[in-house]
Amino acid sequence: MAASNPDVVPIAGGTDVMVELNMDLGRPETLMDVSRLPELAEWRRDNGHLFLGAGVTYTRIMRELPEHTALVQASRSVGSPQIRNRGTVGGNLGTGSPAGDALPVLAAWDAEIVLARPGGSTRSVPWREFLTGVKQTAREPGELILGARWNVPRGPGSFSKIGTRNAMVIAVANLCLQVDEVGRSIRVALGSVAPTVVRAHDAETFAAQAFEEADAWDDPGATLASDAVEGFGELVATAANPIDDVRGTSAYRRHAVAVMGRRALSWAIEDRRSGVGA
Amino acid sequence: MSGRVGERTREGVGVSVPRIDGVPKVKGQFAYGSDLWVDEMLWGHTLRSPHPHARIRSIEIGEAVASPGVYAVLLADDVPGTRFYGLEFADQPVLAWEVVRYVGEPVALVAAEHPELARRAAEKIVVDYEPLPAVTDMIRALEPGAPAVHPFGNVLSDVRVEHGDPNADAEIWVDGYYETGMQDQAPLGPEAGMAVPAEDGGIDLFVATQWLHIDRKQLAPCLNLPEDKVRLFLAGTGGAFGAREDVSMQIHACMLALHTGRPVKMAYGRAESFVGHVHRHPSRIWMRTGATREGNLVNVRARIVIDGGAYTSSSIAVISNATTFAPGPYEVPNALIEGTCVFTNNPPCGAMRGFGAVQVCFAHEGQMDKLAAALSMDPVELRLRNAAAPGSVLPTGQVIRGAAPVREVIERCAEIPMPPAAPPGPRDPLELPGGAAGNVGRGEGVRRGVGFAVGYKNHAYSGGFDDSSEARVSLAAGPEGPVAEIHCAAAEVGQGVHTILAQIARTVLGIERVILHTSDTLVGSAGSTSASRQTVVSGGAVKAACEAVLEELFERARRDARLSGSDLGVDDGFVTADGERVAPVEELLPQPIECTRVWRHAVTFPLDERGQGDVHVGFLFGAQRAVVDVDEELGLVRVVQLATAQDVGFAINPQSVVGQIEGGSAQGLGLALMEEIQLKDGQIANASFTDYLLPTTLDMPKVEIELVEEPEPGTPFGAKGVGEPSNVVAPAAIVSALRNALGRELHRIPVRPDDLVGLREPAGIPPWPPFPERPSREPSPATAGIQRTGEP
Amino acid sequence: MLVRTNVNGERRETDVWPGSSLLYLLREHLGLPGSKNACEQGECGSCSVWLDGELVCSCLVLAAQANEREVRTVEGLAAGEAMHPVQEAFVETGAVQCGFCTPGFVVAVADLLEQVPEAPEAVVREALSGNLCRCTGYEKILEAVRLASDRMRIREDEL
Repeated sequence: MAASNPDVVPIAGGTDVMVELNMDLGRPETLMDVSRLPELAEWRRDNGHLFLGAGVTYTRIMRELPEHTALVQASRSVGSPQIRNRGTVGGNLGTGSPAGDALPVLAAWDAEIVLARPGGSTRSVPWREFLTGVKQTAREPGELILGARWNVPRGPGSFSKIGTRNAMVIAVANLCLQVDEVGRSIRVALGSVAPTVVRAHDAETFAAQAFEEADAWDDPGATLASDAVEGFGELVATAANPIDDVRGTSAYRRHAVAVMGRRALSWAIEDRRSGVGA
Repeated sequence: MSGRVGERTREGVGVSVPRIDGVPKVKGQFAYGSDLWVDEMLWGHTLRSPHPHARIRSIEIGEAVASPGVYAVLLADDVPGTRFYGLEFADQPVLAWEVVRYVGEPVALVAAEHPELARRAAEKIVVDYEPLPAVTDMIRALEPGAPAVHPFGNVLSDVRVEHGDPNADAEIWVDGYYETGMQDQAPLGPEAGMAVPAEDGGIDLFVATQWLHIDRKQLAPCLNLPEDKVRLFLAGTGGAFGAREDVSMQIHACMLALHTGRPVKMAYGRAESFVGHVHRHPSRIWMRTGATREGNLVNVRARIVIDGGAYTSSSIAVISNATTFAPGPYEVPNALIEGTCVFTNNPPCGAMRGFGAVQVCFAHEGQMDKLAAALSMDPVELRLRNAAAPGSVLPTGQVIRGAAPVREVIERCAEIPMPPAAPPGPRDPLELPGGAAGNVGRGEGVRRGVGFAVGYKNHAYSGGFDDSSEARVSLAAGPEGPVAEIHCAAAEVGQGVHTILAQIARTVLGIERVILHTSDTLVGSAGSTSASRQTVVSGGAVKAACEAVLEELFERARRDARLSGSDLGVDDGFVTADGERVAPVEELLPQPIECTRVWRHAVTFPLDERGQGDVHVGFLFGAQRAVVDVDEELGLVRVVQLATAQDVGFAINPQSVVGQIEGGSAQGLGLALMEEIQLKDGQIANASFTDYLLPTTLDMPKVEIELVEEPEPGTPFGAKGVGEPSNVVAPAAIVSALRNALGRELHRIPVRPDDLVGLREPAGIPPWPPFPERPSREPSPATAGIQRTGEP
Repeated sequence: MLVRTNVNGERRETDVWPGSSLLYLLREHLGLPGSKNACEQGECGSCSVWLDGELVCSCLVLAAQANEREVRTVEGLAAGEAMHPVQEAFVETGAVQCGFCTPGFVVAVADLLEQVPEAPEAVVREALSGNLCRCTGYEKILEAVRLASDRMRIREDEL
């Protein structure tokens, strides 16, 4: 169908597409219901990698993939049970909003986005090449997002999200931090503070260095000095390039990601000490 | 009147009777305005202005008219009668034609077979606008040279209240500046109704609204129909809170129906609903509060400015309220309060629960906290010391005559047990600011704060308004016993008035079965479902009508020789004589008895040029204590507990009263923490529930409630209105708690995380805007000769 | 386009504008206006229904996506005059004021109690955070959940 009609808009859970339709913001000529395609609704482990089908709902992620902590936390932060029963990571990718809650997790996990082309072939695009701008992606007309694939990291990680009420918010800022024990790196991705999700490279380098100096890679009980954690937070903030909008100011967003980064790193250190996420 | 009534009728007053429309509502069978359906109905749609201020050069409708499924495209020229309407002054165009004054102002109407077809057709209407300079800031609107919203200038109304000696000095002064943002009522049921053309050339309108008769009063002249040809019936109403006081789709739907000869349904979506009704006035308030060193208030001076938006609506009453309530429910010997409502090219503001008292309560309670701090005095002590009481003279010179248990309200609120202290160590993330979903903390940086606030509000209409309600009650013999039918136009919007009226009838008539006729215009006006007035005023009408029915019943009984001369009463379906049951009620009902009564409350008077007069009917007092947890690094809030005591007179239905207090507290919490219509050059930037945030189950805490029942003289069973006080005090209490937790100024509601973490400089105190030496005695539309609604 | 659904146990077939949501189908085509339209964006939960047994916002489901699927609405909770324990509890506790949010809440609460019969309050609040109420402040809704939960467990025990 997509082959003959490249402008067709795929719809699965509809939690973004239907809003556009209902609010009269978008009237695609054709919608293609992909919610029942079995290939999109599955996830698979292979060889240390996980493939997550674009049609797996947030509810199912929380139930079936509980050990993938940051992704579960991100899923739990999305909307309501009604939304989580329908919403998917595929939707987050298809919409390509910088506020998509699964996206900082995929970025922190260096995920690849798998696309199917009309004709049956597939291609994989690293997340940072897939998310190209505000609600812009590298998906070409006629292509379908099959899912995301990543090398499952070993180590603690977390996802946090800020909104001005305690539920049902579009992120003012969100953040995922992931410790990669094998690669000896700490990865941090930020959402809603730039046109796309971004990684905080300077902060990551700093943290890995600090772990090195504290001999933390070999000693899970090690801690960092509080000014190292502070410094990490400040560097996380430098990766943000936020704007003022209806949901928050850029000054607040910068401030908030520094706090979230600092906290996430502290929790990771704490979790390593207590053996969580090993 | 003679006769005793049963002490405690089952399901009578004082009982928490389940609401009479509860079952259809839980089964999804209750018909709201948006559920109405009739074959061959058309859907109406409104084309609205995209500009805050513009001249309309031309409107082309040809393509729209020719669009598929379209039955009508109407413009201002198609308004059959007068082209203006309004609650107090008819200053608002039914459809704009020369000029538009706010984004969202209706310009054209379309009727079509399907809402999608109507929308597509509306897109084809070509309106040639010439944008004009717009004024969207209320202080700017006061400046000479600001764009004029109306030819008669930007000041709608100036009100001065002068009490005692405004220059009286005090031993200690505190100064403050406060801002409140534009809140939206956001009733879950958006605007909806159906207009059905009638055979007599008139129109039947089924509509979700707050006051059927005032809608009709505005509707009839616009439709060029006599009032008796315009019949309104209350459709199921999904909340109101003030949003339905002004006309929204009523005139439009009727115009389309009369023009096409078909029933026309209009139901706004949420985005349209945001622009389709008035909002709460944003305010800026300057206050100087003077006291003795012991903490007795000496003098309150205030300057209040509120933004009325593009049209008058009920703004005149709102600024009057704000000004008269500004010093708070305290003994204040001297005061000078100057309030102004301005026009701007922002969307119009009007009634919302609290009606001016909310804004000033935030200010006067902020002042009381500052004073308490300056005097190193307990904030509750300070309020008790100054609490008003029966006999207190208010700044308007009005003496409080009714029940005014202010001290008791404060004390009982303060005595409500505090919630358990925050446990040390790791906390359950579900209870932290940000929630489990946010996952922003494991308890780091969470500070707890406590705040206290007291406030008050009037009930019923003020300033000399002839505020009344009419009820018709009939009593007949039914197959299972006597049945009373109440016909009253009181609009049930969810608050529970219909259930209350039935309870009153049961108690007075001593019977069980009461049915409510649809609220409609086939009976006289019940007045507005607003101002916390229906229980008292319509309750009063129903009680009076029932008492008249009872009189007639006893007359019939006395014609029976065995009952003459005895002290007659009713009890559980029986007529009693000297306390003994003598005959079942239905024995005396071979023909039904029907009585209609109009009930009026105590007379009020307009304010004179010094703001003096017995302007209000009666007062409702409330106190609230808020306990909050704040994440001081992220500025996220979790309200842990709201504790409140409210002066309710007599709770006719305690469960309903508690429900009103809980709901009002939630709306107050929303205004304190998260609700604001964000305007950018007159455009609403957040016209959706995604970005206009209402409190969820994770934002509202448990509300602990104490009902203070001191009967109010002159009202049915001593009841008072209950809907508004909790909304008035909650924002002040919550922000007081935040200030206590963080030690920050927090001069504005809703608070933003930026303010809570200290990213923004405190506002300081901007210069007080000037107030005229001699304010105009009349609001500007009056001076300009604009037609007053309801006057020939 | 033709959409065939099984709604509250009955097979229904209707022709709808393809862009219609399931909510629109239910309300305007199938004579089931119990589910409400308060926001059209899945923010308020007033349109909550079950789609193949899962709680969803029907405003976010394309009508066509319900083709050959089972839909259960508030109207399907109890037949005729009967009431589901959740419905009874809502009426008794005063959890209904204007009632516009009520059908959505009743469905969401019934769904919650089917899955977690004895949920602690914090869990209940989180589960219901996608249902907005403007009238009640949620207090009595939570009371209704507790009452319904107690009664449903008693009935379970009796079975």
